[in-house]
Amino acid sequence: MSVKKETPARTILVTLILCVVCSVLVSFSAVYLKPIQEKNKKLDIKKNLLFAAKLIENLDVNEKQIDQAYQKIETKVIDIATGLYSDQVDPSGFDQAEAARDPELSKFIGADLDVAGIKKRENFSKIYLVKKEGKTQQIIFPIYGKGLWSTMYGFLALAPDFNTIRGITFYSHGETPGLGGEIENPRWKKLWIGKKVFDDDFNVLFDILKGKVPQGVKNIDNKIDGISGATLTCNGVENTIIYWFGKDGFLKFIKNEIKNRRG
Amino acid sequence: MNFKKTILDPLFNNNPIALQILGVCSALAVTSKMETVLVMSLAVICVIALSSLSVSIIRDYIPSSIRIIVQMTIIASLVIITDQVLKAYLFETSKALSVYVGLIITNCIVMGRAEGYAMQNGPLMSFLDGIGNGIGYAIVLIFVGVFRELFGSGSLLGFQILPLASEGGWYQPNGLMLLAPSAFFLIGFFIWILRTFNKDQVEEE
Repeated sequence: MSVKKETPARTILVTLILCVVCSVLVSFSAVYLKPIQEKNKKLDIKKNLLFAAKLIENLDVNEKQIDQAYQKIETKVIDIATGLYSDQVDPSGFDQAEAARDPELSKFIGADLDVAGIKKRENFSKIYLVKKEGKTQQIIFPIYGKGLWSTMYGFLALAPDFNTIRGITFYSHGETPGLGGEIENPRWKKLWIGKKVFDDDFNVLFDILKGKVPQGVKNIDNKIDGISGATLTCNGVENTIIYWFGKDGFLKFIKNEIKNRRG
Repeated sequence: MNFKKTILDPLFNNNPIALQILGVCSALAVTSKMETVLVMSLAVICVIALSSLSVSIIRDYIPSSIRIIVQMTIIASLVIITDQVLKAYLFETSKALSVYVGLIITNCIVMGRAEGYAMQNGPLMSFLDGIGNGIGYAIVLIFVGVFRELFGSGSLLGFQILPLASEGGWYQPNGLMLLAPSAFFLIGFFIWILRTFNKDQVEEE
């Protein structure tokens, strides 16, 4: 097909030129569009946060509604290890995903504790308080853990008893669409509402079953239907909850808060 | 040189999905909602047209020993750019399409047109051929998407048309329509209808 004769030198030259041109185009589009994509991502995280807190009804809202609803949320930073609010870190400038990568702001999790499969976790975490007339209505925790293929990032909203789930959402994951990707399914997320993370002594009892939760089973409040075809992703979600609400996660903070309230 | 024929032929007479049976996988995956169908169709039309155009422009310089790799490189670059644009301007839909935008790379129609047409024809004709084949792909996707969304969720483009029984209406949605296999049946019906009118497409026994 080609008019000129084919020589190895020419083949390499064509390949080189092609690769340079293509990579310039790809990098240009990536760099040029990055700010807009970042903005979209931030907005998406906010939107998911609001959705977990049921401050918006569905995910079909515009920027203005998001910003408006977001005003009801107060962001605080806690030190996960001590379980206390921390004023060392300014919540507005705190990039938690960045902190999880920074060796000075994160710690390695021992293999025995690392049920969520994340290897490292940040020392500080943001938490979000939803207040109404000065009273805390919900507390939203950022959580993440390994699914089947990817790390899943999400939010879990708890009622003021620090036990009853008010909402869950995953805003970023790379699970198989249609199978593990169904963790985004609104119908499944609805099943979480009203379920409980802990038993009475604050041990994590949360459990995602394989298949439907049978009627009359023990601790039914702690159990949720699994997604068919997504057992491993569901295990990942369950382990994420077990880790983040266990003693290496937010449990200390939760216990402190409950003690303070009683005292 | 017949522009009209180049564009219109792939719509029904030489439809990439129905006759060439290419690109079926994505036709199953993205057609449960019209919105994703339309965005996916647009993305595929852009990628086919531009890749055919680029391959055709440099076709005399492509050493034939590496031509497939060259085509792949061009297609892959275009798909990445498309993906980036979608992520920037149609974030929600791009999340719904997830991996399937990236999988345009493996859509056999794109590669098939680059190798089968653009390598032998001029840039303008290749571009039109790309658009024609893209639209041919889009027609099947839209056909499948309309049925799947209407009977699977009772809506079109998100607007409720058949009131659902679960929300107080009368329509009991057909769950099969939301699953990928239903697209197989629908594509089958599409091919059947097409071949009823275009008898010459029927394969000889």
